[in-house]
Amino acid sequence: MLPYILRRLWQMLPTMAGVVVLLFVLFNWVGGDPSYLLAGKMADARAIANIRAQLGLDQPWTVQLWIFVKQILSFDFGNAWSTGEPVSHILSSRLGPSLTVLVPLTLLETVIGIALALAIAFVRGSLTDRLVMVACTVGMSVSILVYIIAFQYGLAYKLGLFPVQGWGEHFTENLLRYAALPILIGLAVSIAPTLRLFRSFVLDEVNQDYVRTARAKGLSERRIVWVHVLRNAAIPIITHVMSNLPALLIGAFLLERFFGIPGIGREIILAVERSDFPVIKAITVYVAAATMVFNLLADLMYQAVDPRVQLA
Amino acid sequence: MNQHAAFTVPAGLWTLAWRRLRADRVAMLALAVVGLFLLSVLLAGAGLVAADWEDEVAVNYAPPGFVGPDPALAALARPALPAPPNAFDPLAGELAVLQGELARRGGGVQAPKAATLPFGADKWGHDVLKKTIKGGQTSIVVGLVAALVAVALGTLFGAVSGFYGGVVDDVFTWFYSVFTSIPSILMILTVAAVLQARGVATIVLILGLTGWTGPYRLIRAEYIKHKAREYVMAADAIGASNWRKMFIHIFPNVSHVALVQMSILVVGFIKAEVILSFLGFGVPVGVVSWGSMLNEAQNELILGKWWQLAAAAGAMALLVTAFSLLADALRDALDPKLK
Repeated sequence: MLPYILRRLWQMLPTMAGVVVLLFVLFNWVGGDPSYLLAGKMADARAIANIRAQLGLDQPWTVQLWIFVKQILSFDFGNAWSTGEPVSHILSSRLGPSLTVLVPLTLLETVIGIALALAIAFVRGSLTDRLVMVACTVGMSVSILVYIIAFQYGLAYKLGLFPVQGWGEHFTENLLRYAALPILIGLAVSIAPTLRLFRSFVLDEVNQDYVRTARAKGLSERRIVWVHVLRNAAIPIITHVMSNLPALLIGAFLLERFFGIPGIGREIILAVERSDFPVIKAITVYVAAATMVFNLLADLMYQAVDPRVQLA
Repeated sequence: MNQHAAFTVPAGLWTLAWRRLRADRVAMLALAVVGLFLLSVLLAGAGLVAADWEDEVAVNYAPPGFVGPDPALAALARPALPAPPNAFDPLAGELAVLQGELARRGGGVQAPKAATLPFGADKWGHDVLKKTIKGGQTSIVVGLVAALVAVALGTLFGAVSGFYGGVVDDVFTWFYSVFTSIPSILMILTVAAVLQARGVATIVLILGLTGWTGPYRLIRAEYIKHKAREYVMAADAIGASNWRKMFIHIFPNVSHVALVQMSILVVGFIKAEVILSFLGFGVPVGVVSWGSMLNEAQNELILGKWWQLAAAAGAMALLVTAFSLLADALRDALDPKLK
């Protein structure tokens, strides 16, 4: 196990190096000179030269790349250009609110998705099955923006069941009061694609030999689906959920923006609006690293639930 | 052995796929809906419909015809009365000359503004129906062109990578793993932040440059499979160059994968364009798209003016539903093995 993990971590290095170089090229060459952006409209040549010296832009590109690598390894990207807040503080303080929404959302989505997918497996091929699948396609076609606008207007603004937006100091208050509607909307948006995917995982299993064997020895259909099929369908489901977690952190940016939740997703929108390059660079690098690590974790869990899988 | 059978040409991949598609009633309906949307894009692009969407033909926020006129807006529907003469107006003389000039040119009379429109009007009195068609033109063209760019890049990379193998393949696969380790929406936002210019071409570029990974993976696998087949060896034997083998001989046999990938990407890109434009990172000011309509509609909803939201959201949902159903049917018809 340990040699496998070490080798996988070793293999991540070239990919991570690629991410670093890609971002370096994007921000240092494609994007043009950021010192003009920073210096503002009334800049003279000396102000721009000063900023270039401060950012290290007057150095050769190898030195600049090295500065970037050092920033990544030391978790120190300096201060945000727009607000002057240390980037490391932005990252650490915005993670909590994001997770307050995302962890319950992911748990509920997975549990409800599995339950519905198994229930659909009972009636596979029937009219109900087809209608649910068409409903899923229609549900996925409505823009997430429309879900958010309609739910926020209807449930929060008109009916007053939830606060329209806001965020407090205490975890329980945030979770129960402010995160409730975003979680509900997140569920409404994600349940259709999740159900479609999980259904295909379950249907891959129901035609397997072990299901026929279980049926032949007289087990009830209910026991077959909920015990035998579920355990096997759990493998791709776990992999999917695990490897998708880092992307979710960004994917919830619309929810965070509409409901004023001070999370990572809202921060990146603000950073793009303000051309705050250090914040964008930091978030992108660490989310990419997290994606690779979670992919590894997913593979490890894969082996934990399926003894047939040999990690070599 | 039947003599005829030896001479009939067996139905090709595309003929068979078309037959399967024809038998699928849902797919044909979806195809018709997509066709109608594409027709509206062509007509709008040629300036035959919705070219005058920017005319302020109705009162501000005129409700849809089936709701009936809003009495609160009735005063706005009447043309403005001429101002009563003011003895102290220092510009009165010049104004009279200007108004005389206007009347002579026939522009003096303002057309009365409509109190209702078939699907209402927006803040400025633009016809929402025409605006939706014009917005659809932007969103659909962006989705189609960006998907074309992404599939072209993915096919080129996948073909080179799968056909040559070895170090070339290693380099492209490394490139692929770099791109897939950054979640696509983050990649899109990052590139949007770096490219300061807002414009339709910029969104196409962003989506196209970030979306090539899916087609790349599948096309690469197809090329690995096909390069060892006999027909490629035959091409090799008659001295065909590598590029000729890749794109004249192999590509027609894997083009269905590219087509299915493209139909899937169009759906995703239309959704992405709407979100980008909504956030203000997409189309520039003055260009209407479904995303910029939703952005306006968000504030209108609080005033109870729901029709622009309904029009943009409904048109988009209809198109995306039809396109997704068509993509699913295409996938089933062209490659039953592909999931």
